[in-house]
Amino acid sequence: MEYAVQLKHVTKTFGKVVANKDVSLDVRYGEILSLLGENGSGKTTLMNMLSGIYYPDSGQIFVEGKQVEISAPKDAYALGIGMVHQHFKLVDVFTATENIALGLDKKEKFDQKAVKAKAAAICEKYHFELNLDQKVYEMSVSQKQTLEIVKVLYRGARILILDEPTAVLTPQETEKLFQVIRNMRRDGKSVIIITHKLHEVLEISDRVAILRRGEYIGTVDTKDATESSLTEMMVGEKVELNIDRTEPVNPKKRLSIQNLTVYSREGVKILDDVSFDAFGGEILGIAGVSGNGQKELLEAIAGLQPAAKGSKVRFFGEDQEKPVELLGKSPKQIRDAGIHLAFVPEDRLGMGLVGSMGMIENMMLKSYENGHSFLTDRKTPRELAEQIKEELHVVTPSIQTPVSRLSGGNVQKVLVGREIASSPIVLMTAYAVRGLDINTSYTIYHLLGEQKEKGVAVIYVGEDLDVLLELCDRILVLCGGKVNGIVDGRTTTKEDVGMRMTNLKKGATRQ
Amino acid sequence: MSILIAWILRAIPFGTIIMYGAMGEIMTEKSGNLNLGVPGIMYLGGFAGYGAAYFYERLAAHPNPFVCILLSLLCCLAAAMAGGLIFSFLTITLRANQNVTGLALTTFGMGVANFFGVFILNGSSYSAAPLANKAYAAKIPFLSEKFGTVSQLLFGYGFLVYGAVILAVVLHIILNHTRVGLQLRAVGENPATADASGISVTKYKYLATCLGAAISGIGGLYYVLDYNQGIWATTGQIEALGWLAVALVIFTTWKPLNTIWGAYLFGVLYWLYQFLPGILGITVSSYVTDLIQMVPYVVTIVVLIVVSQRRKKENQPPASLGLAYFREDR
Repeated sequence: MEYAVQLKHVTKTFGKVVANKDVSLDVRYGEILSLLGENGSGKTTLMNMLSGIYYPDSGQIFVEGKQVEISAPKDAYALGIGMVHQHFKLVDVFTATENIALGLDKKEKFDQKAVKAKAAAICEKYHFELNLDQKVYEMSVSQKQTLEIVKVLYRGARILILDEPTAVLTPQETEKLFQVIRNMRRDGKSVIIITHKLHEVLEISDRVAILRRGEYIGTVDTKDATESSLTEMMVGEKVELNIDRTEPVNPKKRLSIQNLTVYSREGVKILDDVSFDAFGGEILGIAGVSGNGQKELLEAIAGLQPAAKGSKVRFFGEDQEKPVELLGKSPKQIRDAGIHLAFVPEDRLGMGLVGSMGMIENMMLKSYENGHSFLTDRKTPRELAEQIKEELHVVTPSIQTPVSRLSGGNVQKVLVGREIASSPIVLMTAYAVRGLDINTSYTIYHLLGEQKEKGVAVIYVGEDLDVLLELCDRILVLCGGKVNGIVDGRTTTKEDVGMRMTNLKKGATRQ
Repeated sequence: MSILIAWILRAIPFGTIIMYGAMGEIMTEKSGNLNLGVPGIMYLGGFAGYGAAYFYERLAAHPNPFVCILLSLLCCLAAAMAGGLIFSFLTITLRANQNVTGLALTTFGMGVANFFGVFILNGSSYSAAPLANKAYAAKIPFLSEKFGTVSQLLFGYGFLVYGAVILAVVLHIILNHTRVGLQLRAVGENPATADASGISVTKYKYLATCLGAAISGIGGLYYVLDYNQGIWATTGQIEALGWLAVALVIFTTWKPLNTIWGAYLFGVLYWLYQFLPGILGITVSSYVTDLIQMVPYVVTIVVLIVVSQRRKKENQPPASLGLAYFREDR
């Protein structure tokens, strides 16, 4: 009875896709186990079988020494297994207490006051800060996560599964979370953390289990592991984890944003008096907790968001004396004015590409007006598609295959390839590596670096602070829609950027 | 003054019809199912109830009013729930599109009622169930006469009027103060969350949709056997009322307690065309009448605009309204 959980030869398929193949895994009592793997390696699927969301096709699960059948979430709870999903399972219009009461056992009396009292006791025991009367839609991401953990503990979980718990947290919030996780370990609970962030694995866990493409690779003690040894197990080959950052050469002002203010459709101020310049030959990083105006900033520049009066977005072309105002222009007008502005949006298949069309048609989205014939020119886009497929190693059965059938990484390669092919002067990317595997991520970093060396002004909105610090020349931090400082990527620290992401400094709007 | 009283006496029974329709639909929508088949379900309920009463009156040697009520109510509930069951099976089990299914159910319910109505009508333009009407429209004895106008206004209606108000309060308590209500609302807001909490989403959706349909069906029954004086005729009147009930759901921002005053307000507005000119002492031509009858719908649109402007989360429809749920969706 050494193990809290044992998985033996578990296999799960979705149609033809094998998500987990013959996976065996042990979790000890009172340990923190990291489940490491790239996106799509089957970590979440595996854990969903423990929490009763999916049912394995074959294999056995043992909990505390006994073989069990987990066919629904309530079976998992009965066994003391609780999972905090990456996409929180909370009802927005309910209060924290109501959300906790939702999972009450039928045998328990329905008494929200008692629920609240018991939840408050849990908060106190593990030092959670949570207002139990607050509605979920009024909570910050980290508060929601706290609520999820309290919910799971309330139900008496002895084995906790956390799916990518730090993906949306700032460094400070992450540190707080880790402290809580250590408290739970001290309490004898087993904690499984699903993650793909190496440095967090090394910091928090006792052991690391690695999955690659649905298969179990092995488990190592964290004290014997290094970033590169883990990466090798994760990817299956040695990967260079270095980003070459060259010094900016001959920076030229390309974009000048002044007093940019954007209101949402509901009249909420999303961007508040944002001013900055972007130069050719440098990568300007934009950091911030997601939803602090990053999306609106790029969209306003690209002509997709109306800006308030007094805002200015000026583009400096070859003639540095005569800037062009971009606000008020539609994307087509911007293009017609000869401004080479490339935009890799966050929502790749929604705003960037048309999922049901092949690579050729997607190339044509940028060139459909070219040529003088009544019929469209398909030859040039076909050549471009072929070229992108070759150069960026896009894995696709054919360039005719609808892009929605490609994996996330390949979709992104198609999109970035197309945008770069338009020889941009300004290249804006939003969360360019989200959901991509390590190799593809580094391909994208290298591509952005190349563009920078070519003299392109690159704007990189990112969420991984480690990457931002390695990749960018300057980092602009957005907080509550305001510019909370522009720092030098070479000299700043993660803590500094993290502080700026959450704590607005007085008088920080103007730089 | 007498016109005003007559107006209210007309508005409250009218409001009761759509109140049942709306309460049923609120219950259904709280589970995340948008059932646009309300008019069809009201037809099914109304017709089945009428049919039961009609045949009982004709075939029983000594028809008893209580048995008549019981029979017609049971048949109404069964038929309406059958309608809800069809909708549930198509949208929950087969995950068909809810809008299309709902609209089809409306057409279906209307068709069924009017088709079988032919056999009851037997060539005449209408048929009647007087005993049932008497039973359903019976006023509260003693109270309805004792205190003059007040009695008339408060106690001068059939029992289903009071049933509706009680039901609204009961629904309010169930939805907001019980475990079942909390779980039902969770299913409509975020079925994945409910599922992960160990709540059977399918069971709740089926039950809420079928019980909701039963409640809506009573609206049809009340229309035929009380409001319309126990007369069945082939008309499209119930359909119009059904849509008004759907509008009322939005108007009340999915809160059963609001249906009480909302439904009566709709009743007042609906009968505006007949009583307001009398009060003001003017006459209006018929095309203006048609325009005035539009007022409840206009009010609903205004409410929609106001609610969407204020964007208060509590006043929004259930977040996953109209969406099918499948656990292994990726």
